[in-house]
Amino acid sequence: MRRGVFLFLVSVVPCLAAGAILAQDAPRLRGPDPFTREVPAPPMQRQITDDVRVGRNYPDQPPVIPHSIEGYAVDLNANKCMSCHARKFTEQSQAPMISVTHYQDRSGNTLGGLAPRRYVCVACHVPQTNAKPLVENVFTDMDAITEPERQPARGRH
Amino acid sequence: MDLTRRTILKTQAAAAAAAAAGVSIPAEAQNIPTGEDIKLQWSKAPCRFCGTGCGVMVGVKDGRVVATHGDMQAEVNRGLNCVKGYFLSKIMYGSDRLTQPLMRMRNGQFAKDGEFQPVSWDRAFDEMAAQWKKVLKEKGPEAVGMFGSGQWTIWEGYAASKLMRAGFRTNNLDPNARHCMASAAVTFIRTFGMDEPMGCYDDFEHADAFVLWGSNMAEMHPILWTRITDRRLSHPHVRIATLSTYEHRTTDLSDMAMIFKPNSDLAILNYIANYIIQNGAVNREFVEKHCNFRLANTDIGYGLRPDNVLEQRAQHANDAQVSNPSSFEDYAQLMSQYTVEKASELSGVPKERLEALAKLYADPKVKVMSLWTMGFNQHVRGVWANHMVYNLHLLTGKISEPGNSPFSLTGQPSACGTAREVGTFAHRLPADMQVANPEHRKHAEEIWKLPHGLLPGKVGYHAVQQDRMLKDGKLNAYWIMCNNNLQTAPNTNNETYPGYRNPANFVVVSDPYPTVTTMAADLILPTAMWVEKEGAYGNAERRTHFWHQLVNAPGDARSDLWQLMEFSKRFTTDEVWPKEILDASPDHKGKSLFDVLFANGEVNKFPVSEVDPAYENRESKAFGFYVQKGLFEEYAAFGRGHGHDLAPFDTYHQVRGLRWPVVDGKETLWRYREGLDPYVEKGSGVQFYGNPDKKANIMGAPYEPPAESPDAEYDMWLVTGRVLEHWHSGSMTLRVPELYKAFSGAVVFMHPDDAAKRNLRRGQEVKVVSRRGEIRSRIETRGRNKVPPGLIFVPFFDASQLINKVTLDATDPISKQTDFKKCAVKVVAVSAADAGGQQ
Repeated sequence: MRRGVFLFLVSVVPCLAAGAILAQDAPRLRGPDPFTREVPAPPMQRQITDDVRVGRNYPDQPPVIPHSIEGYAVDLNANKCMSCHARKFTEQSQAPMISVTHYQDRSGNTLGGLAPRRYVCVACHVPQTNAKPLVENVFTDMDAITEPERQPARGRH
Repeated sequence: MDLTRRTILKTQAAAAAAAAAGVSIPAEAQNIPTGEDIKLQWSKAPCRFCGTGCGVMVGVKDGRVVATHGDMQAEVNRGLNCVKGYFLSKIMYGSDRLTQPLMRMRNGQFAKDGEFQPVSWDRAFDEMAAQWKKVLKEKGPEAVGMFGSGQWTIWEGYAASKLMRAGFRTNNLDPNARHCMASAAVTFIRTFGMDEPMGCYDDFEHADAFVLWGSNMAEMHPILWTRITDRRLSHPHVRIATLSTYEHRTTDLSDMAMIFKPNSDLAILNYIANYIIQNGAVNREFVEKHCNFRLANTDIGYGLRPDNVLEQRAQHANDAQVSNPSSFEDYAQLMSQYTVEKASELSGVPKERLEALAKLYADPKVKVMSLWTMGFNQHVRGVWANHMVYNLHLLTGKISEPGNSPFSLTGQPSACGTAREVGTFAHRLPADMQVANPEHRKHAEEIWKLPHGLLPGKVGYHAVQQDRMLKDGKLNAYWIMCNNNLQTAPNTNNETYPGYRNPANFVVVSDPYPTVTTMAADLILPTAMWVEKEGAYGNAERRTHFWHQLVNAPGDARSDLWQLMEFSKRFTTDEVWPKEILDASPDHKGKSLFDVLFANGEVNKFPVSEVDPAYENRESKAFGFYVQKGLFEEYAAFGRGHGHDLAPFDTYHQVRGLRWPVVDGKETLWRYREGLDPYVEKGSGVQFYGNPDKKANIMGAPYEPPAESPDAEYDMWLVTGRVLEHWHSGSMTLRVPELYKAFSGAVVFMHPDDAAKRNLRRGQEVKVVSRRGEIRSRIETRGRNKVPPGLIFVPFFDASQLINKVTLDATDPISKQTDFKKCAVKVVAVSAADAGGQQ
């Protein structure tokens, strides 16, 4: 229990600095000061490819992609994502199976495979870079409201 | 941090031991919350982002939004959201939310060159009112203006329109939707006499072919794209053809991808019309019964400042909107120039692909849905492009029935509902009425219970003109609401920023977050957003949908509606209306603008007790009546019985939106066709009843070149636009860490050969330079967008790389909408000297 309390304190400390701009490339939010000044372009950010699952903010949040998808084909001939995440390949790939909701068509009928309306995976699931957030987001996890004393610190946010 | 597993194992062990011993254990030892703890209050709301209008379920606990998901009952999206929609839960919680008014001050007084300091709402409105009164007194109503939004709720736009037109007697009110779909809106009126699509999203499930004109729906309308991919992958005969100036995620899933040279879509469209005519595919009966032919004035200029050589050289720069009655023969004669050879030469698209595309339109058995957004609308010939696609559907009769549908997509959640239907454009009144029409003004004065002759008939300054007039010192008191124009207007360094900082002007910006635009303001007003207020939006398929206030805004942030109405209390009619009008209407003397505009017996006729007790409603509490209901019902009077019928206010809180006209409680899916639209007379088959003769106009127009094309020095096309993960200028989405980390900054998408030619490698810092200005960015030769040689694409969401310093303020001369899709630039490496000088 004590450890849980300690972590709770750690997780709220950044809130005290609410409003502070976190990352150095903050002109991304408010522009250069003054407006007419030319600022160097911030460096391009590296993709996170560690394959470590990231927790969700709430149950219906589409999980983010913890690996590179560079060059993945999602076209009329192929859907590269499904070569690991389709039901029949997950044992071999150890990748999470697509959600059961992804078998349902627009009318709610369950199909024998990925519903065509869910074909474009990247409309909802996105990879992440190691960019630091520009400003803290003080969204509150529902579990933190229910059980404030027992919250894990978020790994990456 | 990996405590969770260990902690959970410990509590589970404790629980197991306790159970075995037959004793109950304290609640905190239970590892899964149950009962009241896991209950959330769920309510419906439309998404805050694009014009698709997806339904969202919003979960609230203890006054905070803690979850969102796609609404299974929403017809638009049936449970799906795109990645932006799925992260709506977090858009209100950036820790730099504005929570109190900030004014530029020195020594306790307003100073144009002062520093931002927190002030009370009273102090903010006092200064603002004093500035407004000074400008009104010295220069009159034409020096006051407002730049609003297609993201305003319906009642916010309606209140703004009343305050500006009737209160301050100026039509200098324009929405950012001018940058977004003015070309579409203007062409609807020119063609059908009525704005907005005849079809709806149900066309997606009926069409055999989808033709996307300059639209990357996979990124910009992802949920509508799910309906197209569903149709295509479920029905093997269905085809998708996409025309674009570069390859992207939409072309990845298209059967035919055609990459054309910027502006040459005009030639392709006319070629298809020519093909239809030459191959006997004209639906003669339909055309004779339901269409007129007209020819547009040509050589119409580019909407630049009048002293620009391009305007002076243009024959019809001053009467660009004029067209003349014509005949099928004359139209066919004009189209006959557009052979497949000519279209192929101008566009760079191979002849056989153009022919395959033309056949889709010409084949009477293929139901075609054409779709477009910014590719057509942000176009120096945007109105013509819109006309040209209607021409194809009218020539073949493929219109106003399931699956045959020319469909104009919109970019903002209430571009249709607020900017167009309410009429927040400089030339419009509610329900498609025009400020220049004395009958329309009189009708508005009657509904608004205002003196005759009060409403001004002069069309106000449109968006780009507002910036020019601010710079030139002719527009001096200016309120910007619900948009980030200094990031999104064209040629900002030369034409937008100077006006905001012009010492002759007082510029107020209302926004939830600090943005590029707020930083250039004199007064910043903190604003409630999305479900922090009761709202209504209208989406691209004529669907009006409502939501309740679900949480409170932080600090002193207040909705745009509250701001508009509260500000109106600071003016009396005697201060702002001419004496002769008040003498003729003594009842209006000595009243505040609030009294005459909002406490007029209509807007204030519904008591606060009618607000659903399950929800907060701050505006109604503040003003003492059900503000949203009163405004909506007064507004709805403009359209009921005139083809714009809206359902009663309370209905919209129950349903997932309804598509107008709503007649006898039933929505209308397809307009203008008998049996589908109650306004069409029996036996007529089809009636385009927006026009007095109930016919649609087929408008002939030629290909004309763009305002600026690449040359030896500025050798590349610049195309600007959006990306899936960020919405417009990014002021909401950049504050959601997951979205920021998904697309962490703008880049220059460039063809690898162009990069190699300039000795540039991926990730290298470059300057993008035009005749107007330059930015620094980084080269991307891979990724989702594959541009052809000679063209770059740069998104505009990133305020550290303000690409609109580079763009050209050329507009369509008819719609006044800016062309953000083509100008000439060069791309050069940032030299060591540049880099050193900026560190």
